[in-house]
Amino acid sequence: MDQYTLNLLVVGASFALYIGIAIWARAGSTSEFYAAGRGVHPVMNGMATGADWMSAASFISMAGLISAVGYDNSTYLMGWTGGYVLLAMLLAPYLRKFGKYTVPEFIGDRFYSNTARMVAVICLIVASVTYVIGQMTGVGVAFARFLEVDKATGLYIGATIVFMYAVLGGMKGITYTQVAQYCVLILAYSIPAIFISLQLTGSFLPQVGLFSEHTASAQPLLVKLDQIVTDLGFASYTGHHQSTLNMVLFTMSLMIGTAGLPHVIVRFFTVPKVADARFSAGWALVFIALLYTTAPAVGAMARLNLLNTISDNGAQADGITYEARPDWMKNWEVTGLLKFEDKNGDGRIQYYNDKSEAFKATAEANGWAGSELTVNNDIMVLANPEIANLPGWVVALVAAGGLAAALSTAAGLLLAISSAISHDVIKGSLNPGISEKGELLAARISMGVAIVVATYLGLNPPGFAAQTVALAFGIAAASLFPVLMMGIFSKRINNAGAVAGMLSGLIFTLVYIFVYKGWFFIPETNQLPDNAANWVFGISPLSIGTVGALVNFGAAYLVSSMTKEPPVEIQTLVESVRVPRGANKAVAH
Amino acid sequence: MTKGGQALSGEKSTTAYWSANVRLILWNLVIWALVSFGFGIVLRPMLSGIAIGGTDLGFWFAQQGSIFVFLVQIFVYALMMNKLDAEYGVEE
Repeated sequence: MDQYTLNLLVVGASFALYIGIAIWARAGSTSEFYAAGRGVHPVMNGMATGADWMSAASFISMAGLISAVGYDNSTYLMGWTGGYVLLAMLLAPYLRKFGKYTVPEFIGDRFYSNTARMVAVICLIVASVTYVIGQMTGVGVAFARFLEVDKATGLYIGATIVFMYAVLGGMKGITYTQVAQYCVLILAYSIPAIFISLQLTGSFLPQVGLFSEHTASAQPLLVKLDQIVTDLGFASYTGHHQSTLNMVLFTMSLMIGTAGLPHVIVRFFTVPKVADARFSAGWALVFIALLYTTAPAVGAMARLNLLNTISDNGAQADGITYEARPDWMKNWEVTGLLKFEDKNGDGRIQYYNDKSEAFKATAEANGWAGSELTVNNDIMVLANPEIANLPGWVVALVAAGGLAAALSTAAGLLLAISSAISHDVIKGSLNPGISEKGELLAARISMGVAIVVATYLGLNPPGFAAQTVALAFGIAAASLFPVLMMGIFSKRINNAGAVAGMLSGLIFTLVYIFVYKGWFFIPETNQLPDNAANWVFGISPLSIGTVGALVNFGAAYLVSSMTKEPPVEIQTLVESVRVPRGANKAVAH
Repeated sequence: MTKGGQALSGEKSTTAYWSANVRLILWNLVIWALVSFGFGIVLRPMLSGIAIGGTDLGFWFAQQGSIFVFLVQIFVYALMMNKLDAEYGVEE
């Protein structure tokens, strides 16, 4: 069977499974549509959260990000996992106890302010829409790469699948499909990683392999890697080269951004009890850690593999001839992720850091005229099965895994967007008297519209689509996380304080991002060039969310202390979210 | 849910429950920050003498160790909170 048929079969089987789940898990009430009837087992919810959280970027790009830079990009690993500690202790259990359906609803009730609720809706929509566009383009790209259909067709197929289970099943359908999608994506990620680790280090676990001996050179893997990258003029892999302050702030922004992202928070509304919400955050991190501890190993091993393949005569000698390149390089050249240009016309591949001044002399002495290979970071994951000579079904599984990662995250985001519209805007503001049936219909229509809009934006990505980290995490960190936390941990923060906090955090963060990245991300409208020399105290626009959060906390505190304290019933509400008892049966008891 | 549990959950015991929870959270946040921002980034030079698998302890914390610690933290917190909930009679 050829690779194409195999890809088609494996991806087709995974899609059939998702549709089967869609038919089985239909939602009959708003509680099922928004919160899966609050009957999801904490371990299942952990698995669903894993798929919800791990996007196309986590699956395809993260290992490549670490691979290209090494230690300095550990920020992604710590940032995207450390947020779960904050979720488990600062937000999830109390928001579950509150027992409503959306994040803006908590903000509106706790701060007795429809304005606060609407500001939260806007933050949620901007953050989630930015995020979902990346997933939709990811679906299109994955289809195009593995199934040889064009991006648009791929996107339509993906959107149709999501439409089926999200519109029919709401959170209930999404939850159980996410569980299946988690299984697909983790298998697809682990299998190639295990084999590569075995080949390079003889260790079965990539997590152990990363810190083991590289069999071929009898040196520790990381020592070997450091040596070869520095021999080629790159910065050392394990060394610290970035500003420490920026690393700290960036990690913090990712952490509090993770904890403040509405599509992650609502997953914890689906478990039966407050105690379950705490454990479920732990399970979510178990399932996430399986991939997140594999990724740095994949990154380091794939880089070593690539460099070893090209310069098998020693790093500073001439590379392999272009004719002798391995098959996987030929395959990936077709996709454009790998490009070779014979600059000095010697028929050999030279790959080194041609931007390094210190390395120029060596390169010139060798007659090298520049680095001849352009490598897209994504290849570190995508080409892994071929580099490791694994059978065709593993390649097919990676295709299904990439699609599962993109689809599961897209569905979670679409649910967050559509419930904000049907529950916060329609029921909360425009038509409070809407019946249960009417709201369920409104929720389904909102979901349908959200999918159509996301598909359109996926096909025609606006300029801000590439700014997921800056926009989605920046907004969640600077605007949503602080008010949610203050709403639980302080009785004194009032309506005016919350609105002032959210707006000042949001505006501060956006302005800082726009100054460097262009106003509304329109090219050439930035006041200052986006590089470390121009950043205030060396803080990158991607790290500014942490400072925005501090602005938010400060403004909320100041304004609250100058205005009236919240009414007694709000203080009682805060007390009640702090204790687990009475989550389901407060009135009936 | 016994009657005794109900009687206990007055103003005072709820306040005590909450401050016990907040104390637990603060300790956890100290550990959380220490393993990631501390050992993984700022304090890495201090740990550079401790070798592990071809690199130093700080690198391990940044790429792996902190994640393991986070995991343990959440489960330990969840278990301790179960105990605390029962102690103050506020469990579900």
